[in-house]
Amino acid sequence: MLGRILALIIKEMLAVWRDRKSRFVLIVPPLIQLAMFSYAATYDVTHVTMAVLNEDGGLAGRELLARFEGAPAFGRILRVANQEQMAVALESREVMLALRLPQDFSRRIEGGGQASLQVILDGRRSNTAQIAMGYANTIVAAYNQELAAARGLAAVPGALVSRVWFNPNLESLWVVVPGLVGVLTQVVALVVTALSVARERELGTFEQLLVTPLRPWEILVGKTVPALVIGLIEGTIILVAAQVWFGVPFIGSLLLLYAALVAFLLSIIGVGLFISALSSTQQQAILGAFFFIVPAITLSGFATPVENMPDWLQVATLANPIRHILVLMHGLFLKASPAALVWKSVWPMLVIAAVTLPGAAWLFRRRLY
Amino acid sequence: MEPLATIAGVGKRFGGAVVLDGISATIAAGRVTGLVGADGAGKTTLVRLLAGLLTPEDGAIIVCGHDSVTATDGLHAAIGYMPQRFGLYEDLSVAENLSLYADLRGLAPAAHGETFARLLGFSGLAGFESRLAGKLSGGMKQKLGLACALIATPRLLLLDEPSVGVDPVSRRELWRMVHGLAEEGVGVVWSTAYLDEAERCHSVLLLDQGKLLYDGDPALLTRRFQGRAFVVRGMADKRAVQAAARARPDVADALIQGAGVRLVMVEGAPPPVVAELTTSAGATVEPIAPRFEDAFVAMLDHRHAAIPSLPSWGRHGGNGTVVEAKGLTRRFGDFVAVDRVDFSVAAGEIFGLLGPNGAGKSTTFRMLCGLLPPSSGEARTAGIDLAKAAPEARQRLGYMSQKFSLYSDLSVRQNLDFFAGVYGLGGAKRRDTIARMIEVFGLEHLTGQNAGGLPLGFKQRLALAAAIMHGPDILFLDEPTSGVDPLVRREFWSHINGMAAEGVSVLVTTHFLDEAEYCDRIGIVYRGRMIAIGAPDAIKEQVRSAAMPDPSLEDAFVALVERADWTEGAKP
Amino acid sequence: MILRRLLALVRKETLQIFRDPSSIVIALVLPVVLLLLFGYGVSLDAKEVRLAVVVENPTPAASSLVAAFGDSPFFRVTELRHRTEAETGMVAGRFKGMVVVPAEFAGKAGRGAEAPIQVLLDGTDANTSRLVRGYVEGVWGKWLAHEAGQRGASIALPVLPEARVWFNPQLLSRNVLVPGLIAINMTLIGTLLTALVVAREWERGTMEAMIATPVSVAEILLGKLVPYFVLGMAGMGLSVVLGIVLFQVPLRGSLWVLTAVSALFLVGALAMGLLISTVAKNQFVAGQIAIVSAFLPAFMLSGFVFEPSSAPAWIEMLSRVVAARYYVTILQTVFLAGDLWSVILPNSAALGVIAAFFLVVTLRRTHKRLE
Repeated sequence: MLGRILALIIKEMLAVWRDRKSRFVLIVPPLIQLAMFSYAATYDVTHVTMAVLNEDGGLAGRELLARFEGAPAFGRILRVANQEQMAVALESREVMLALRLPQDFSRRIEGGGQASLQVILDGRRSNTAQIAMGYANTIVAAYNQELAAARGLAAVPGALVSRVWFNPNLESLWVVVPGLVGVLTQVVALVVTALSVARERELGTFEQLLVTPLRPWEILVGKTVPALVIGLIEGTIILVAAQVWFGVPFIGSLLLLYAALVAFLLSIIGVGLFISALSSTQQQAILGAFFFIVPAITLSGFATPVENMPDWLQVATLANPIRHILVLMHGLFLKASPAALVWKSVWPMLVIAAVTLPGAAWLFRRRLY
Repeated sequence: MEPLATIAGVGKRFGGAVVLDGISATIAAGRVTGLVGADGAGKTTLVRLLAGLLTPEDGAIIVCGHDSVTATDGLHAAIGYMPQRFGLYEDLSVAENLSLYADLRGLAPAAHGETFARLLGFSGLAGFESRLAGKLSGGMKQKLGLACALIATPRLLLLDEPSVGVDPVSRRELWRMVHGLAEEGVGVVWSTAYLDEAERCHSVLLLDQGKLLYDGDPALLTRRFQGRAFVVRGMADKRAVQAAARARPDVADALIQGAGVRLVMVEGAPPPVVAELTTSAGATVEPIAPRFEDAFVAMLDHRHAAIPSLPSWGRHGGNGTVVEAKGLTRRFGDFVAVDRVDFSVAAGEIFGLLGPNGAGKSTTFRMLCGLLPPSSGEARTAGIDLAKAAPEARQRLGYMSQKFSLYSDLSVRQNLDFFAGVYGLGGAKRRDTIARMIEVFGLEHLTGQNAGGLPLGFKQRLALAAAIMHGPDILFLDEPTSGVDPLVRREFWSHINGMAAEGVSVLVTTHFLDEAEYCDRIGIVYRGRMIAIGAPDAIKEQVRSAAMPDPSLEDAFVALVERADWTEGAKP
Repeated sequence: MILRRLLALVRKETLQIFRDPSSIVIALVLPVVLLLLFGYGVSLDAKEVRLAVVVENPTPAASSLVAAFGDSPFFRVTELRHRTEAETGMVAGRFKGMVVVPAEFAGKAGRGAEAPIQVLLDGTDANTSRLVRGYVEGVWGKWLAHEAGQRGASIALPVLPEARVWFNPQLLSRNVLVPGLIAINMTLIGTLLTALVVAREWERGTMEAMIATPVSVAEILLGKLVPYFVLGMAGMGLSVVLGIVLFQVPLRGSLWVLTAVSALFLVGALAMGLLISTVAKNQFVAGQIAIVSAFLPAFMLSGFVFEPSSAPAWIEMLSRVVAARYYVTILQTVFLAGDLWSVILPNSAALGVIAAFFLVVTLRRTHKRLE
């Protein structure tokens, strides 16, 4: 019995490696995705482009503007002469926001009073605009602080100093790359599994397998183990790349990481085998995998937080293994999550695996023909 | 008369492999020119070159005055082309397919109605205009493909293996249609692997491994073998006689035909003497007319090496029924694929299931192997109902599926290793068995090569090796010789015969009617029903009449099918 | 003659589309599903962020601060007494941020230069962290002003920033994402679907029979382009209607501009799909290439969710050859701002160039040969 399963496992691994198509799928897309996602998936707002309409021209105004020019977050500053030019700059997306210093700005400030500063944001880039506004607020607050001190006023309580835990510099890479360990591993494992049965059906070898003394559950194990191994290898590669190339720290327990990955992979493989059982051609298997992957990643918290979703949708995502692996990866990389915490995310994945794997086995038997 | 097409010194290479080498020939109008050769001989490539779909590396092809490289527009307007998969749009109806090709070929709209009516009548598809092409039977698809190729009355008709897998009745109709066209002046190139079709062409181009071996009237070639063909009848063990005869140096070819053995002597050899061939009293040797196949085999046989025999597993059959089907039925929705089929197979017997594609042979097979549960009735193999029994019972089965089901990305050795492991062969036993298989099937130089890249003949051998490695008692072979050249087929059957002699029961499905002759008993399956069952000679006997005093198996098939249709009143 | 052949091919393709469900699924069902998915599931607007407020010493001042946080629509506040509870909660992911109001709060507030409250944020969600920081500062600032007003003092806030938002006053990320999603849908229909379609003809052998007829390459390509163009525009129409009706995204620009620009993008996407199909000749490979070279860039590099200008320079350069980027820019403007020609014209020109490029390359790479 063991010998049979072993023969099957060896055959699977050889087939996946020696088939040019699946070798391609295993190597090229993940590499491209790793590069693209890591660098493109950023919510950092750098090089803020800003238009400045200085209707004032006074000293105070110029001092304030100098702060903006000196700030690292702000890139190009475009000086405009009038409201129309400002509008054009904003409309044409040449700048993300516009600053307008009204005529009496310096007069009021130097007179010890209060002056307003108009900040106009481009709502078409709502997220970026809000963050840029935050930077602007910080600069203004610092300026206010100095002015108050200079005026000898009761000190304005300074800007809040906030500390960021786990990812002190709010590096996007530290958030995205651990997530990719889960996401890319999933893509690879899913595609390998989805293709495996479909390929055999197309080649005609599936029939051959069914005629041998192999039992259905043995066939299932024989297909699960290789995908598991491949998934773990993929995960390890990204894990190493994360630390060595991207410089993301890993402070959690490696043992827990692999335990979590195994549970995750089992749940994903179950889904993959399900898709494979339903497909008669490799083409269908790939499309099926795609149709699972896109919603799964979208609703996992990878690109946007789960907490921002409507409550009913948040509950639904509990059935999404990627949601759980993301929490686990962030926790193990950046927070050193303890075992009890890890378990809280692992058991849902085990439940999913317990449903999908036997479900796939049942589907196999029904869809033999 | 001016030839319709000229092929001058054409050579074609794919990557490093030479597919065609120095081919020169002409195609005449008003004749059917057969393109004959085994799989991989270069037939399809030559047809595609004639259609202007490929360009030759050497030489040139001129079709109706148009060069195939520079004047493809004119060429395409002059030809009709039917590729191997018919070129039909499965989601479109018969009428829509015809309409499309009519428009693509610039047939004037005014002429559409009349042309369609003519073609539909000609191809027997009148009344099926709105049926989706994907829902037609194999024979009907073929005829529709032909109709589409004929839409603009081409001068040259190129048909790439138009009759593969089609039932003999449709095949004859197709043949009749095409010959009629030739009589009207159309030039036809008909590529085929069926040697009996080649025999009936006006002229044949015989290709082997890219070279042209013969160009001319097939009858002339056959006549060269006059006086070299004989048949031996009346012996007790035809298999032993055949095997012995084949091994003799003066015998070019030895085949089982029904209850007798057909011999073709080497050129210049004296006629065979009965006593040398068999010890059975009452055995006779008679000269018979040669066939095209004899010529073909003789021209192709480059390897005269002795075929090593398979290891003996020390089995000796046992008696009694080994495989049994009782009232076996299988339905897919409304469609009845297999309808109350009954038969049984004894130990050491070779049983053939014959019939065209879609008749229900493979489905019956699958039920017997336990791959498919029957809708009703019973299938017992080795006394066990495999649909219900434990998988371990399958240890006694060997199975070779239609597509050879090898892992194309694994090497020969890796494939063998896998099947050995799956059937529980381990350690020394595994090593020894694999070594023996490699030796017997001549795979020594190929052990590291990917199974997918093997020539078809070797794929077949590997598949057979994988199926018998674990010493099964019952062997199921699903269309094991499709596409393979006659020589490899003969070798294959010698292995099968050897196994049968050991007591293994062999069930074979095939649509090659001549292979039916090699079986002990055959069952003819048509539209899911078993319409005849018995020894090949007995079946021929069923249709012997004054009009047909010496029916071939194909004649028998056609007659039985017509009888079945008539009793049912069914339309083809 | 040419017209008749072309019509025959278009008719054939249309019939096939209707009779083969997979095309309809990709063209009409998938975009709707994606729209629903993204419309509801993807949001960058932080709302009801779980905030722990640790009040070590419940004084009236501290309570009023907690109330101020609680009143804010951005936060869902949990009041705690001990730091450690909040810290554990942060590690477990139960809170995205914590504010510590120390015991000496009442005394320090309004007096010293340093802010007496501590703010700690969960860095594993970088974007939300930044937004939360801004929101916390906003609440703190307002509370201070209110307190000062209560005491009769005035806070010297010399410079008062007044923010105004153009085009998307409520700063709803949905208004930005849904138009961008239309670009994703069109890429799917345009490129993925067409990439599969021609490859399928090669695999099924029907292409072989077709090229042995007098039909020309241009006719074959057009015969495929036209029906899928119509299908794509239908898909676009469906997405636009859903976006407006279901998600209430405003359409301030004109419909004809939207249609014209979409048509231009679609032609480019279709041509790219045909090119992939011609080169790959195999559905599996064609599908893979389409996903990696069209869908992924549309997702990551178009400005749909991630801003290319914030990415490293090489990524930003790469995004300039992605047609979806120009399309998303136009879409976001036409929906939220109106017909701003300063945006529409240059981006449409880029779309035109890309479309022309793919059409020409496809035409040249498609031959009536089998090799």
